[in-house]
Amino acid sequence: MNPNLNLWLIPVLPLAGAAINGFLGKKSSREGVTTVALLFSGASFAMALWIAAQFSSLSLPYHEFVAHWIRSGSFSADFAVYLDQLSLVMLLVVTGVGFLIHIYSVGYMWDDPSYYRFFSYLNLFMFFMLTLVLADNYLLMFIGWEGVGLASYLLIGFWFTKDSAASAGKKAFIVNRIGDFGFLIALFLLIKHFGSLNFDQVFRSVSPLGVETASAGLLTAIGILLMVGACGKSAQIPLYVWLPDAMEGPTPVSALIHAATMVTAGVYMVSRSHVIFERAPMALMVVAVLGTLTAFFAATIGIAQTDIKKVLAYSTISQLGYMFMACGVGAFSAGIFHLMTHAFFKGLLFLGAGSVIHAVGGEQDMRKMGGLRSYIPLTFLTMSIATFTIAGFPPLAGFFSKDEILWKVFSSEHGSWIFWLIGVVTAFITSFYMFRLWFMTFFGDYRGAQVDSHGHSSHGQDSHEHGEPHESPVVMLVPLAILAVLSIVGGLVGIGNRFDNFLAPVFGNTPLQPAQSVPESGHMELYLTMVSVAAAFLGFYFAYLLYHKRQDLPQKIADALGGFYEAVVHKYYIDEFYAALFVRPLIDGSTRILWQDVDRKIIDAAVNDSGDGARQVSEEVRQMQSGNIRSYAGWIAAGSAAVIAFMIWMGVGR
Amino acid sequence: MVASYVPLSYYLLLSGFLFACGVVGFLIKRNIITIFMSIELMLNGVNLSFVAFAAHWHALAGQVFVFFVMVVAAAEAAVGLAIIIAVYRTRETLNVDQVNLLKL
Repeated sequence: MNPNLNLWLIPVLPLAGAAINGFLGKKSSREGVTTVALLFSGASFAMALWIAAQFSSLSLPYHEFVAHWIRSGSFSADFAVYLDQLSLVMLLVVTGVGFLIHIYSVGYMWDDPSYYRFFSYLNLFMFFMLTLVLADNYLLMFIGWEGVGLASYLLIGFWFTKDSAASAGKKAFIVNRIGDFGFLIALFLLIKHFGSLNFDQVFRSVSPLGVETASAGLLTAIGILLMVGACGKSAQIPLYVWLPDAMEGPTPVSALIHAATMVTAGVYMVSRSHVIFERAPMALMVVAVLGTLTAFFAATIGIAQTDIKKVLAYSTISQLGYMFMACGVGAFSAGIFHLMTHAFFKGLLFLGAGSVIHAVGGEQDMRKMGGLRSYIPLTFLTMSIATFTIAGFPPLAGFFSKDEILWKVFSSEHGSWIFWLIGVVTAFITSFYMFRLWFMTFFGDYRGAQVDSHGHSSHGQDSHEHGEPHESPVVMLVPLAILAVLSIVGGLVGIGNRFDNFLAPVFGNTPLQPAQSVPESGHMELYLTMVSVAAAFLGFYFAYLLYHKRQDLPQKIADALGGFYEAVVHKYYIDEFYAALFVRPLIDGSTRILWQDVDRKIIDAAVNDSGDGARQVSEEVRQMQSGNIRSYAGWIAAGSAAVIAFMIWMGVGR
Repeated sequence: MVASYVPLSYYLLLSGFLFACGVVGFLIKRNIITIFMSIELMLNGVNLSFVAFAAHWHALAGQVFVFFVMVVAAAEAAVGLAIIIAVYRTRETLNVDQVNLLKL
């Protein structure tokens, strides 16, 4: 029997922080807001660490009933906590990275007039994300799922007076609704066929079912619909379009929500549902193909972006593609491993980018940076570590997790060398565009303006005078340093399949075993690793060549490619395509048909006409009210006579 | 035994005649008191048909209704006469054509 851990406190603590700051923050000082925000998110992190410390003594999975929620016939969904190895990893990543980013935000957002609002939202996000991670049924998970969407909307549109930020928030929210639609339908199917949304009960009902190899059935449908939900939240093809726009939010938000935690919710959900996916090979195939395509296409778009945060956004989409690739071949633990390392290095990259943007006074265009290495040495150091990590240089964290995925993709029975090949090419592209960012930002000469009349795209990021680019305050550098250390050593937990084994009770005793068809897999793995490392080095070399050594070359290549380059710069015109295909018909249809025709000509007309008609009739009828009693009596007598005549004619009472 | 009684239809004809007198009086008379009496005439016309039917069908309900009607008519007379007195005091007339303020 387990002791009562009171796990419900972990999500509720940040909620308390959000409430305190949200209701009282306006009146209190910045120091007060900071204390509350850090105290509550830190307490949540401390508690997660405390859980981790005594984790080995628990009998898993650990259940904790908190309160009744929905009871309807035989169906029930409660507020209850579910803790196993998978939740623990997510718990530590979310609270840990979340707490670090809280600290960082203190420095980054200090001069913002809505300081308290920012931290209230950030704590609210933590609450919902932890609810999502700790939920013990799909419905509670869905609450968290929607809640992080809400927090994401609020934070993308944090500078809501800026039109682009407001519409980016709306875009994120609406695109996510499309995915949620799929998720909801999947939940309905689960309720209809298994009568429960509780993880344990659903998986117990699913386990005896056979693998749907020959034909696609119920589980395939559920799997694909869940994946539709994951596509929305985790920005996969075809619903990835909101994530690049989400960079309108403050940079810590991009780091926390749109890189480290929220966008990985889809990966977590798919991994959590692994019992369903393993019995639906077609759904797995959909996951793998979508992940692979997303990884590749997002990476190619990343090459041509000039906004430092947009590059990182596409890189995030691409890395999420990797995670889905892993899940799609049944290597869920590899996906979660990459999720964890990605949270470290992508969080670090975004925070570093935030530090760079802070240094150059709000500028995000890499063409106006350059040579920042000497101005902001500490940011440069940590950013370098992150860049080398994401590019996959051994022995940094990204190398281990990415290599694990590539190996599983190649060797698993659901895998294929095609996935592997695209994965390696993507790794090369990733390395290339990340070092392109690195060289453009930190090397060469500073190309930005020295003046302090910097046209802040986002108001109030930092209002002090700018001359030279300058290093960020310590409160921002400490999280950078911690994440840098984690990016270096984070991969070591994966050595010797330790991470795999840790998660084995969750994903283990499943029909999936690594295929033995690859002979001498030890050697094979080594060769494949060498190829992917070579890809990373090659990417570095090309970036060095094009963006440091021969800076005239990129323009020439772009000219040579002509139309294709244009297409890449414009992100393959996907946004324009969606606008033409969905948005414009919707707006036109709403304006012309629904507004001009249905609303104005039918609904409004019906209301107005009936009003006019009533007034015209009453104009006539009021003449009857003469005040003359005998005329009234006459009307009554005539009416009674009419009624009696009618009754006689109808024969009432006979 | 039936032959020694007045037939039902006679009662009903009388009842209808009384009621019609009441209606006509109500419609053509201008004096409020007369109108009031016309109303009573109509009520009593109806009462007559009630008792006639009650006797014919040997049912007590009709008799009971008549008592109800008489009680209500008495109450109505009390209230109605009070109103008439009030109208006369304020307007110094009992002509209903001049009591016509209640209109649009």
